[in-house]
Amino acid sequence: MQFATATETNSRPGAGAGKPPVLELRNVSISYFVRAGEMKVVPNISFKLGQGEAIGLVGESGCGKSTVAFAVMQYLGTVGRVTGGQVLFEGKDLAKLSPAELRALRGRKISMVYQDPMSSLNPVIPIGKQLMEVPMIHFGENEQQARARALQMLREVNLPDPETMMTRYPHQLSGGQQQRVVIAMALMAEPSLLVMDEPTTGLDVTVEAAVLDLVARLREKHNTAIVFISHNLGTVVRICDRIGVMYAGELVEEGPIADVFRNPRHPYTRGLLSCIPTLGADKNSRPLTAIPGQVPSILNRPKGCVFQPRCRFAIAERCSQDPLPTLSLSERHRVKCVRAEELPSHDKLPQGIEAVAIGDQPVDAEAVLRIAHLRKTYHQSTGMFGGKGYDVHAVDNIELEANRGQTLAIVGESGCGKSTLAKVLTGIELGSAGMVTLAGKEISQIPVEDREADTKRAVQMVFQNPDSTLNPSHSIGYVMERAIRKLRGLSGREAKNETSTLLKTVNLPLEFASRMPRQLSGGQKQRVAIARALAGEPDLILADEPVSALDVSVQAAIINLLVDIQAKRGATLIFISHDLSVVRYLADYVAVMYLGQVMEFGRTDEIFAPPYHPYTEALLSAVPIADPDVHQRRIILEGAIPSPQNRPKGCPFATRCPRKLGPICDNEAPPMQTTASGHRIACHIPLDDLKKVDKVVVA
Amino acid sequence: MAMSDTAGAVTRTWARVSLLRESPVGMVGAFLVVFWVLVAIFAPVISPFGPNSNDLDALVDPTPNAIHWFGTDMQGRDILARVIWGSRTVLTVAPVAVAIAYAIGSLLGLLAGYYRGWADTVINRISDIILSFPAIVLYIIVIMRFGPSALNIILAVIFIASPQIMRIVRGMTLELREREYVAAAKMRGESALYIMFIEILPNARGPLIVDACLRMGYTTIAIGVLGFLGLGLPPPTPDWGGMVKDSYALMSIFPHMALFPAAAITSLVVGFSLLADGMREISMRD
Amino acid sequence: MLAFFLKRLASLVFTMLVVSALVFAAFEFTPGQMATKILGPFSTQDQRDRLMEELGLHRPVWERYFEWLGNVLSGDLGYSTLYKLPVNDIIWDRLGNTLTLAAIAFAVMVPLSVLFGISAGMREGSKLDRTISVASIVTTSVPEFASGVFLASIFVIGLGWLPGTATLEAGARWPIAAQLVLPVTVIVLYDLGYVVRMVRASMVEVMTRPYIRTAILKGLTFRDVILKHALRNAMIAPFTVILLQINYMITGVVVVEAVFAYPGFGRMLLDSALSQDVATVQAASLFAVLVSVSTQIAGDLGYMMLNPRIRFS
Ligand SMILES: Nc1ncnc2c1ncn2[C@@H]1O[C@H](COP(=O)(O)OP(=O)(O)OP(=O)(O)O)[C@@H](O)[C@H]1O
Ligand code: SF4
Ligand code: SF4
Ligand SMILES: [Mg+2]
Repeated sequence: MQFATATETNSRPGAGAGKPPVLELRNVSISYFVRAGEMKVVPNISFKLGQGEAIGLVGESGCGKSTVAFAVMQYLGTVGRVTGGQVLFEGKDLAKLSPAELRALRGRKISMVYQDPMSSLNPVIPIGKQLMEVPMIHFGENEQQARARALQMLREVNLPDPETMMTRYPHQLSGGQQQRVVIAMALMAEPSLLVMDEPTTGLDVTVEAAVLDLVARLREKHNTAIVFISHNLGTVVRICDRIGVMYAGELVEEGPIADVFRNPRHPYTRGLLSCIPTLGADKNSRPLTAIPGQVPSILNRPKGCVFQPRCRFAIAERCSQDPLPTLSLSERHRVKCVRAEELPSHDKLPQGIEAVAIGDQPVDAEAVLRIAHLRKTYHQSTGMFGGKGYDVHAVDNIELEANRGQTLAIVGESGCGKSTLAKVLTGIELGSAGMVTLAGKEISQIPVEDREADTKRAVQMVFQNPDSTLNPSHSIGYVMERAIRKLRGLSGREAKNETSTLLKTVNLPLEFASRMPRQLSGGQKQRVAIARALAGEPDLILADEPVSALDVSVQAAIINLLVDIQAKRGATLIFISHDLSVVRYLADYVAVMYLGQVMEFGRTDEIFAPPYHPYTEALLSAVPIADPDVHQRRIILEGAIPSPQNRPKGCPFATRCPRKLGPICDNEAPPMQTTASGHRIACHIPLDDLKKVDKVVVA
Repeated sequence: MAMSDTAGAVTRTWARVSLLRESPVGMVGAFLVVFWVLVAIFAPVISPFGPNSNDLDALVDPTPNAIHWFGTDMQGRDILARVIWGSRTVLTVAPVAVAIAYAIGSLLGLLAGYYRGWADTVINRISDIILSFPAIVLYIIVIMRFGPSALNIILAVIFIASPQIMRIVRGMTLELREREYVAAAKMRGESALYIMFIEILPNARGPLIVDACLRMGYTTIAIGVLGFLGLGLPPPTPDWGGMVKDSYALMSIFPHMALFPAAAITSLVVGFSLLADGMREISMRD
Repeated sequence: MLAFFLKRLASLVFTMLVVSALVFAAFEFTPGQMATKILGPFSTQDQRDRLMEELGLHRPVWERYFEWLGNVLSGDLGYSTLYKLPVNDIIWDRLGNTLTLAAIAFAVMVPLSVLFGISAGMREGSKLDRTISVASIVTTSVPEFASGVFLASIFVIGLGWLPGTATLEAGARWPIAAQLVLPVTVIVLYDLGYVVRMVRASMVEVMTRPYIRTAILKGLTFRDVILKHALRNAMIAPFTVILLQINYMITGVVVVEAVFAYPGFGRMLLDSALSQDVATVQAASLFAVLVSVSTQIAGDLGYMMLNPRIRFS
């Protein structure tokens, strides 16, 4: 097991030194021209990228990352335009090229990979033909030559059975495979620059890890320069030499990964770093600090420093100078902050896995929710093609309990049955077998309409998608009062008062009662959703990925809010997530699910230390960590998560398990092994052997 | 409380409709529709003659002149007056029929999409059967069986339009019922009716308003076609389609008799279609 | 695929059975009414009874339905009271005439609508797009009888270039080809706009898809992007709509045939309806539904062939 750190693998000082940069942006400004007028999305950005170098652009949603990427591609649509400065590729100004020259460059010297591979591939053309197009246009190759090249490339991106892959249509591939195809297509002509816009967003974490690994390898091999765009700082650490932090269209800090992460100089960079939970910390050892305020709207950008309204280091006279200068701290580390040099050093909070304080968890708390042998099976009819259909075991024989006043987190990748479990608990779906008891009462067989008023009050939920959690036709006040009336029987004045109390609880101003959902930001909508769930003073709050659609700074605030509310009200929280760092941060107990089954269950500290279930071990290794000094043992899982209808007969993880013992794993369901403290692992490998591994994450 | 939200909803809807000003196409459509609505309302005031008063002097030369601006028909009736009064026929029959078809279609669509299962199967089967008839065949059968009258035309329109509306509403309900706010409503114990009418239906309104506009156009065409085919309102009710039919044979001598009512119906339908397009354009914003 | 086809075939049979029952029931008067209708209001009870006996009207409804159905299936479509002939002797010629008209209209309409729809949709919001869009909204909004009036007053009365009727009588003043121009134009005008809008909407949607961006950023020319990547995707959704136009054409044809005195199926349906010729209306309705249901199935099949996501799922 070798350790890889960002510093060792990624930093290649002087890469491409001497030669002209592959890409240079000189004072580029980009605008969109919309009904409301000109939106100066990127006022002025400059950076250079040497040959074979990789720069990561990070920042929150809407900060202009994609805009920069498309400006590099000279593809801003009909409303976007580069209004100033130059985009130089290998010294040539791209704006001066004729359409034909531009076409000759695209796909040949500069290629692009973006989010959502499924929709980037043409659904009606086989993969092979789409790949072959590239050498056929750019090298004038004939079908045969192009075919050979495509096969070669598919092999290089580790796709199984390239021959048949060529004849497949995009929908017949898994998400990870699709993204490999897109990457293969981008690298087909050995371009010198690859622009990747969130290439792994939307992929499962183990698949993401494999794709990132592939990108790092191919980059090494082909010496391709990369502009890597991501909202996740951890992925940037894995791929890039340098990082550029963007805020409201500006590059506020830029420098080598190690410099920026060890010694962040811009207050916004610091803010970002302290609002993302990293695998090491929990709510007891280090609360997350959210960045106060919101990103300013593009149409009224503050004068001087854009970050000023949210900056705790701001000094009005100095920070309002316009234009704000960019300071060079070293040859390669630049910061757009007048106080960059004088700020105190950034105290890096405990990031290591060690700093775990279990705190004052009551060890023998009372279990309010018990789930025993719960199953949920959907029957899928094969629709118009006839046939009998098949069963999908979305939740299969689950055994869990949650204690009063504590947080149970359920983690797992897509399709592992997390949300189905939540639906059964809420009564939106019925369990197919087994029991769920809440304070001693069976609830899994009672649809939500038939539940007693008190059960409805007791179980409430916070949903994932801020855009669909609130009815766009109803005002916030109406939503709140309706919930209070139905769950608590209050109306009129009392309901109004209660609404204000609840809005205050979730830190929203009272005026919001008269607003419509579309006037709220994602984080604000999620706060309303939390307030709505609290209306009946619930005993059990289910939160299904409540922060996964939010930006990190907003995410931190919502997580803190949940932790806070739960502590104050003593409610039990079931927190469903795919993000191990968040789970590590706020959970007391964790259940790890895979394909409908619980693979591991235990106290949070037990889950994050050996013995690990092999799947948990792989998950921990896959999580991108935004800290170049944290060492992670790399375990790359090959293959895709099987679809629930052709789940392996024995251990569900058998098709991908790197520690698989042999046929026994394929054929026999693994036993649930329990330690003295109640830590449960479902695996054929004896506990003692499982204990013998090293920690996956070491600071 | 609920009241204030309703009032708010009305203001907001109005605010949206006034966005129409930004769509020139939509404004032209709105102008044409409003024009005809006003003509229909004020028919008794603006019409120079009664729809059925014959001017026997005009029989000699029915072509347009200073007294009869649009000329007269073979029975000496003023064409302008009949065009004006004819707008009343269309603009009562079409809105009534479309409104009722919407009530039925929406209800069935909500039920089918919300409950799914056997309710959905039954409702869908029945509408599949109705929709497998080309519209004209259904019109012909209904009118032939029950006779031509305003009521029967309305019934026929409802019969044909409801399943189409049902399908649209059902499709949207299937999608909207999976929204998280619907789950939240269930979890606080709302009734199925509340969920269908308060949580789901209002969010389907955008496409439905556009469809209603278009459908007013189609229905206007259908009424005209029935009149033209001789299956429309019995004479002497002024009816644009019927006016064209009565004078079509004389086209080569007195084209004005057919041209004016044809132009009237065309302008009204074009109005509805352009209005629908404008509505679609503004609904796609934000 | 075969299973799908068989299933659809079964549903077609089911639909046709229900439709035939409906069509039968629609004209199923109570026996007394029927007799009164034939013999007139002043007939005696005795006369009516005798007639009912003769016609077999006293038997239960379902028995008579199955007898009728059996006749229809064995090719006996009944006797037309309007044309004073067996329905079989008229309907086939009429169907043939209508088919000619519809086929020509279809052959003109489809390529034109694809051309206009694609050109409008490939650059949303361009001048060309806006022109085509508004023009297509306007043409679909003109009822066929109205456009018949407008076109006739220009080309027949004003310019005298074309005949105002299309009776298909050879040796008349106008050749048959000239007779067909206006009927075809009226159908195409009305229908074209609708299909153009469908194709355009689909094309606009396709042009916003990331795979189009992929194709452009691969270095393909705009022409290749449209022809190789956009066109086929853009035709998937409108395909069914285009075939459903056949269903519409049945309606359109009735009107157009009435406008131009065209001796087709539509006029036969209308004339027989106006003169209460039950047997002809029933037979014509069954044919119309059969055509419409079969085209739906053809549409679904074509949709599946075009769309690999369904073909290989
Ligand atoms: N076509 C467009 N027309 C108008 N405004 C646009 C357009 N595309 C992007 N914008 C605006 O430009 C700003 C920057 O958008 P951009 O997509 O570059 O951000 P991003 O950093 O990539 O965000 P994300 O993380 O959400 O992908 C946003 O305010 C966005 O709303
Ligand atoms: S310039 Fe001032 S306001 Fe801006 S980040 Fe630096 S200290 Fe904060
Ligand atoms: S049972 Fe076998 S396949 Fe499953 S996790 Fe354990 S070792 Fe891996
Ligand atoms: Mg982006």
